[in-house]
Formats: sequence, C-alpha cells, structure tokens
Amino acid sequence: MDGKRFGRHGGQYVPETLMNALGELEQAYDEARMDPAFQAELTALSKDYAGRPSLLYFAANMTKDLGGARIYLKREDLNHTGSHKINNVLGQVLLAKRMGKKRVIAETGAGQHGVATATAAALFGMECSVYMGAEDVERQALNVFRMRLLGSEVHSVTSGTATLKDAVNEAMREWTKRVQDTFYVLGSVMGPAPYPRMVRDFQRIIGEEIKTQLMELEGKLPDAVLACVGGGSNAMGAFHAFIPDKSVRLIGVEAAGDGVDTDRHAATITKGTVGIFHGMKSYFLQDDEGQITPVYSISAGLDYPGIGPEHAWLHDEGRAEYVSATDKEAVDAFCYLSRMEGIIPAIESAHAVAHARKIAPEMPEDSVLVVNLSGRGDKDVYQIARYMGVDVHEG
Amino acid sequence: MKDDRNQYASSGRIAEAFEKRKKQGRKALITFVTAGDPDLAATERIVQAMIAEGADLVELGIPYSDPIAEGPVIQAANERALKHGIRMAHVFALADRVRAVTNTPLVLLLYVNVIVQYGADRFFSDCRTSGLDGVIVPDLPYEERGEIEEDAKRHGIALIRMVSPVSDDRIRMVAKGAEGFLYCVSSLGVTGVRAQFDTDFDAFFKSIDAARDIPTALGFGISDGAQVRAVKRYADGVIVGSAMVRTISEAKNPEEAVARAIAFTRELRSALDD
Ligand SMILES: Cc1ncc(COP(=O)(O)O)c(C=O)c1O
Repeated sequence: MDGKRFGRHGGQYVPETLMNALGELEQAYDEARMDPAFQAELTALSKDYAGRPSLLYFAANMTKDLGGARIYLKREDLNHTGSHKINNVLGQVLLAKRMGKKRVIAETGAGQHGVATATAAALFGMECSVYMGAEDVERQALNVFRMRLLGSEVHSVTSGTATLKDAVNEAMREWTKRVQDTFYVLGSVMGPAPYPRMVRDFQRIIGEEIKTQLMELEGKLPDAVLACVGGGSNAMGAFHAFIPDKSVRLIGVEAAGDGVDTDRHAATITKGTVGIFHGMKSYFLQDDEGQITPVYSISAGLDYPGIGPEHAWLHDEGRAEYVSATDKEAVDAFCYLSRMEGIIPAIESAHAVAHARKIAPEMPEDSVLVVNLSGRGDKDVYQIARYMGVDVHEG
Repeated sequence: MKDDRNQYASSGRIAEAFEKRKKQGRKALITFVTAGDPDLAATERIVQAMIAEGADLVELGIPYSDPIAEGPVIQAANERALKHGIRMAHVFALADRVRAVTNTPLVLLLYVNVIVQYGADRFFSDCRTSGLDGVIVPDLPYEERGEIEEDAKRHGIALIRMVSPVSDDRIRMVAKGAEGFLYCVSSLGVTGVRAQFDTDFDAFFKSIDAARDIPTALGFGISDGAQVRAVKRYADGVIVGSAMVRTISEAKNPEEAVARAIAFTRELRSALDD
C-alpha cells in the first residue's frame, strides 16, 4: 500500500486541476504528522479548546434494562461544538494554517462538520464557506444559523438531490476554482487520498482513549465497539486502534431509512456495489450504469450514498461488520437514551444506540459493549418532534 | 460490413481531422453537446448540423447524476437529459447513426464510474463498434488511468488526457504518450462560460508545446467568436462546450435548438477561419 489505497479501495479520482493540490496536501500532512510541534499544538487544542479526553460513561440504567453486556458510551457529544467532527477539523485547520491558507471550505450534512469548521475558522481568523444541501439547510436550520453566527458563509446547494453528496460535489467544484488559496476541510474518511487516511488519523484518538479508559475501568479490551456510519469518520476513529485486537468486534451501523428492502435508505455496504465516486473507489449505491442513486435517511449526517474506502476494505477483509437501523429504530433509540440515561443523542448516533439495544441482551453479562456517541441531539429535537407529530414552535 | 469503416485505428480519425486543418493553415473546431438534451433525436440532428457547419470533432456528453467537473449550464443539461432516461445503449445507437453518414471523429465525455459499471472491455468494444474515437474522463487523472487504459487501447479508443494551468511539472508526464489530442484546460474551476481568462496562456503553452507530440485543443469557458479569435493562436484547436449547451437550452423547441446550433457553429467557424 502506498498510503493511497486500502486493498482495492481508495485512490485519487479527481480532475487534473486538483492533482498538484492533493500532492501538496499529502506532503504537508506527512511532514506535520512527524513534527512534534504540530502534534503538541493539536493535542493542546484538543484538550484546552475541544475538551478532550471525552468521557467513557458506564450506562448503568441501559445495562440493567437490556440485561446483557455492560454498556459504555463514548461521549463525543460532550466535545466543543457537540460532535466528533471537531477532532478532524482542528487537525485540518492547523494544517491549513501551516500551509499558509487563509480560506477554508467544507461540505456538511447534518451541519456538525460545518459548525466545527466554522468554529475553527473563527478561532484562527480564517475565511470560511460551507456547502450544504438545500434539504439539509431546512432540516438542520439551527446549525445553519450557528455557522452564520460564527462568521461563515453557508451556501445552499440545490443541484441533484440537494443533500450531502451534492454538497460534496459543490465543495469540490469550489475547490477546483480556488485551489491556490483555499483549503478543503473534508468532513469524513472519504474523498481522494490523502483525506481518508488523514481524517482517520485525526479521529483515531477516539479509539485510543476508549482503550486506555476501559483498561482503567474494566481492566480489559471491549468485546464490541459500535458506531454509526455515514462517510465513516466517527466509526473509523473508534475502530482504528482496535483493528489489531482481533477479539474486538467492530460494528458499523448504516442508515436503513424506511428499510433496506425499500428504495429509501442509505445502507451503502449492505446494499451497494464497488464503484468510483467523490475521488475514491469504494462501495456506492448506484445503478448498473454507474449513476449514483438517491439515498434517504431521517439523519442528514448518514444520508450519503458512499462510504470511506478503509471501511470498504475492512468489510472485504471481514474485519468489521456492517449492519443497519431504520428511521423508526433510530427515533425509538433517540427517545430511549434520552429517558434511560438523560442523554439526548444525535439522530446519527441513535442508529448505533438502536443496534446496541438489539445485541446487548444477547451478549454475556461480563462482556463489554462500547457505543460511540458521536454527537448530541439538540440539533435534531425539532425534526424528531415533527416526526412524532408534536408541534414545537417558538413562544 | 459494420466493422469495415472502423478498421483503421479510430484515433486515426482524430489525427486526420487536425491534419486536414493544419494543411489549410487553420485551427480545428471541437464542439460539445449533452446527449439527450433537449432530446435524443435533436441531439442527432445537432451533431450532424455542427459537422456540416465545420466542426472537426464532436464531443458527446454522457449525462451523469453527479458531474463534478461541470458548471451550472452543463449540470442543468445533464439533469434534463437524465429525465429522458438516457442510457449508454441510446448513445451508442446515436453514434452508430452519425458514423454511418460522416467520417468526423466523435468522442464521449463521461465520468469514470459509467465506464467501470458498464465493464471497461465491453464499453470500449461497443465504442469501437459504434465508430467512436475517444473518451474524455474528467475524473480520471493520469495516475489512475490504469483503471481503463488497457481496455481502451485494445479496442483502439483514445483516452484523451487533460492538462490545466496548475499542472506545472505534471505537463511533461501527462503529455508523454498522450493519444488523440491534448485537452488544455483554459482556467481553474469547472466548465462554464467565462467573461475573461486569468491564465497566462503564453507560459502555459510554452510548457505544453515543449512536451507534446500530438495536437492540442484549448477548452473550458470559451464562449463566442470574439473569444475564439483571442485564444486561437495558442493551440491547434478550440473546444466550445457550455456556450453551445446554453444556446441550445434557450431554444423553445428542438427545431430552434438545431437552428441555434447551426448559427453558433457558423460563428465559431468563421472566427477560426478569418
Ligand atoms: C453526530 C454525527 N455523527 C455521525 C455523523 C456521520 O459522519 P461519519 O460517518 O463521518 O462519522 C455525522 C455527520 O454529520 C454527525 O453529525
């Protein structure tokens, strides 16, 4: 592997105009990665600004209620800006600064990556433009306003299906236009090399902390680690440190929308085929002539027709398992965790909680199940109320 | 017999087309149209009309769900064409019919996933059978050409390479062994009509001309006869895409679309020839 591929997946399928920029990014990243000063600055920011390490919380009520594995929640929802996205963003924006770029752009689905990028841009005094599908602008209105408050421009993308994939298209187009002065802060372990590897490295801290924290709390490795999968960054972050530990089951939960046997879902590995899109070879939901098919999930952050190439590889190798949870299961889990533990999860993370409810009862009582709680649910409350038919309106 | 007309290497038709203009002391005109916009029958007539009015090579855009290298004009054409359910079989049949009446080279512009899902070997075999000469794949850079290159070669279809104003030291690498013509991207960004160019064409083409051994064509954003006059000296040909698609899209009916394509091709041809 040359660092660009994960088995047959990955690569750099982008227009010629971006090739030198990707080369420069790769070189700058590899230098930064080996530079203790860069790592020290990132570690300090993660601690003092983002609030790391995030807690590993023993969910006693849930454990008792489900009767099986001991359940721990990795509280990425407690990070500054409310999700794991900040881990990656701090790394990339520090790199942008190091490369002398004064303008960053980003795509966003649920708005969490956009908010994190807008936040870091504010902190470092950079200009920031975020691309967001028009449909997501509507269902995540709160995050749109947060980004604007933070001083970012938010561009509503109306092309195609007006969701996350179209936001990525538009961010890539914008990057091709302004490649010389703009740094593209990609939000997940996807896209052309070196992004999947770089984003994974910046998210790897999640699994490293789980390992250390659990060793202190339980004196052992977990039996399974669960995470939701959109592009796959919170899952890859939680999984990566455990890949060599073969006893640890790694389980990614995709969005099944109305069900994987309907045409309204976003279960890429469950239902997709190998193709090339958004700069990478991986699994995609597509038709027999390579047109990307519209996807659907209640969760804007999981509403994506592809998955990062390293997940595709973990799937091919049989090292990780990929399952799915429907909208309904996710909303039930959203409500369940709120009542059971007093923690309102992001609707994305609720997909992982939904699967935990399925498997925890079947696991032995001395086993340990870690659920990566990738984000908090404040942004979703309005939409969930609507889903449940409750009318929430301001004063 | 169908295959007879394709027996000589198909990129031979591309070389001949540039050669012919060169002998006349003129530049080649390459025009682009999205297959199926406004509809397939109109596309066929538009292609034939452009050829009759002096286009030396025609690019047929395959409509795609996510055309990341395209600006709003061609994106919209893609969406319109996809609504008509355009599939590769329609495009091959169209190429077949055009090839029956003309020797002008035809190339496809499409995204790599379309070729990969169709199956590269079958894809290029069908290209050859339909008398197509090359493919332009904007999301397949030089480093990833192995994905389809062997299959294209086996069937004699040119894999047309691109260089851009920020290719710098990559130009030599990309130009070496390039086939058909070298697609020189005029400016950064996606396709679309541009009021002006920021690129230093003298420097850009100095590097290109030092490296290339096949014809060059300059494209992306060239929007009218005046711009053609301003840039034609740099390359062996010019490519006009978005501006053609835009004028076609402004037509009220297919009849008018064909008439607009004729008028615009004429304008471009005369700008190249005067
Ligand atoms: C809270 C949260 N979790 C998960 C995701 C999905 O992204 P990824 O699969 O890259 O972790 C998002 C994306 O917006 C998110 O906001």
